Amino acid sequence: MSAKTLYDKLWDSHTVRENDDGTSLLYIDRQLIHEVTSPQAFEGLRIANRQPWKLSANLATPDHNVPTTDRDKGISDPISKLQVDTLDNNCERFGITEFKMDDIRQGIVHVVSPEQGATLPGMTLVCGDSHTSTHGAFGTLAFGIGTSEVEHVLATQCLIQKKSKNMLVEVNGLLNPDVTAKDVILAIIGKIGTAGGTGYAIEFAGDAIRSFSMEGRMTLSNMAIEAGARAGMIAVDKTTIDYVKGRPYSPTGEQWEKAVEYWKTFYTDGDAKFDKVITLSAGEIKPQVTWGTSPEMTMAIDETIPDPLQESDPVKQEGMVAALKYMGLTAGKPISEVSVDVVFIGSCTNSRIEDIRAAAEVAKGKKVSDSIKQAMVVPGSGLIKQQAENEGLDRILLDAGFEWREPGCSMCLAMNADRLEPQERCASTSNRNFEGRQGQGGRTHLVSPAMAAAAAIAGHFVDVQSLNKTV
Amino acid sequence: MEKFTIMTAIAVPLDRANVDTDAIIPKQFLKSIKRSGFGPNLFDEWRYQDHGEPGMDNSKRPVNSDFILNKPRYSGAKILLARDNFGCGSSREHAPWALEDYGIRVIIAPSFADIFYNNCFKNGLLPIILSEKEVNGLFSTVEDNDGFQLTVDLEHKKITGSGSEINIDISFELDEFRRHCLLEGLDEIALTLEHAQDISVYEEKQKEITPWLY
Ligand code: SF4
Repeated sequence: MSAKTLYDKLWDSHTVRENDDGTSLLYIDRQLIHEVTSPQAFEGLRIANRQPWKLSANLATPDHNVPTTDRDKGISDPISKLQVDTLDNNCERFGITEFKMDDIRQGIVHVVSPEQGATLPGMTLVCGDSHTSTHGAFGTLAFGIGTSEVEHVLATQCLIQKKSKNMLVEVNGLLNPDVTAKDVILAIIGKIGTAGGTGYAIEFAGDAIRSFSMEGRMTLSNMAIEAGARAGMIAVDKTTIDYVKGRPYSPTGEQWEKAVEYWKTFYTDGDAKFDKVITLSAGEIKPQVTWGTSPEMTMAIDETIPDPLQESDPVKQEGMVAALKYMGLTAGKPISEVSVDVVFIGSCTNSRIEDIRAAAEVAKGKKVSDSIKQAMVVPGSGLIKQQAENEGLDRILLDAGFEWREPGCSMCLAMNADRLEPQERCASTSNRNFEGRQGQGGRTHLVSPAMAAAAAIAGHFVDVQSLNKTV
Repeated sequence: MEKFTIMTAIAVPLDRANVDTDAIIPKQFLKSIKRSGFGPNLFDEWRYQDHGEPGMDNSKRPVNSDFILNKPRYSGAKILLARDNFGCGSSREHAPWALEDYGIRVIIAPSFADIFYNNCFKNGLLPIILSEKEVNGLFSTVEDNDGFQLTVDLEHKKITGSGSEINIDISFELDEFRRHCLLEGLDEIALTLEHAQDISVYEEKQKEITPWLY
């Protein structure tokens, strides 16, 4: 048998049949469902009088539209409310497990599923959401799909797919202190570009990647899609198995032993071939801040804002000029001199317990700068919120002047009431800095949770390392 | 998806070129969480005298009696006669959803916009391309003869109709695969379900390997 990559193994073990036109019928082990991309899929089932193929494969929770304050008052926007109510009704009617808005297990789908052990190694997982790549951190083939495909999976437990090419992104060596998974993925995207992974499934490897916790690995895979790859994944190891153990959806007893044996086979064979290999040296990566309107427009905290005139490619140059204009920035200025209005710590990229711990550690005993209009922390799930409160992290953050919110997508895409005003500048731990993403005219800088907390304290971007000296 | 084999119905002539999907179903109705129920808002801006919004009681709105769909002689029409480039503009699948929900099953035009044409087949609609001359002929026949009905026979790829001194007999072309899917009422899901046996076999095999997922 020829050597296989992790992606090859996941693909082959889920192929039901190969079609004549080069596509395959791929079996899907788990589908996650949220309120925005599912209503028409359920409606389609109803019209065609079809039933879900395998009920237990699905798990639902509302996240995009839920309010992050005053939960007991319900959702005030009628359209948002209707979407959430519709999800509730559909799940009830078809018998799909849903963690509703008032359930402690509710949260962002990509946070909830791993937390419950519903994301397991060696499986295929889909969701009507592009950041489904997150789950690849478990040695899982996970990718985002459209509404008609959501319906297709509900009805058949399969998808018709074409296989991608294999790309390896290796990060070797020792990371500097305060360099997190977020900085590493931003540095990777900065290097290969937002289309660098188009047509590929990316495997992240190397000792720097291995050193990350599951939380860090999820942050990394989460943003594979920002590098253009529908799926990003990391081989299964002890960290993966330790994380999965004892979670509600995880196997137990004899099945656990069997599962571990099986999961351990999900790694790339030594002599397997990749279509493309990218290598980064961990020691060269510094804390990152994005300066533009695409995640590839990123820089290290100690650098100055890039000058479009230095760019030889005219198309890129034009893009840089437009981005600087939108962001209200001038070339040559140190990014550490750029002041911030709003700080958002949350989203499926960085709202897990470790992220909140990192923010609290920076904020401990300090105060959010008077120049900051709003600094909010939005945990990824009700259980994370509870855990953080048990650890006293909410107190540290509240004492420092942060707001402590209810779980949801929140200001990541501003579909609920949390949004930026035009021209407001935000240090955000989310994954997209596109124009208007966090509110019309809003200016987003992507950073790690520690860097976001540091910006809140200093009132401007600052290297966490030097924060104690400047404040 | 509903099968399409043969159908006899009144045809309504919509005498405009470049009818875009925003005219078929205006953007304010896209906020809907449904894929059905768009029928009352099909061609909303042309059908009613006021501005339509989701949630309105359409039965109480002032109707534009000049608009062709509102003329009593065309009520119950299931065939739409159209002009060049029907369905251009945004790719919204809501356009075929609205037509289908209204009751239209066949659209006959000299040309269609690409995405709309494809979207039709996913939703059980049959778009038929005829020559300019043939479409002109159908327009006059339908306009000149109150209550005239056309028969669309997908099996034999024929459009027929007869009345005093009129005899219509037109053949049309259609991709074999698409014809098969419509005749059998197969959508993409149905096509996958043709392999239901394979899927079950796969599941049986996997139950041994990954029992914790079953
Ligand atoms: S947190 Fe943001 S990126 Fe993640 S699922 Fe929600 S809206 Fe999408």
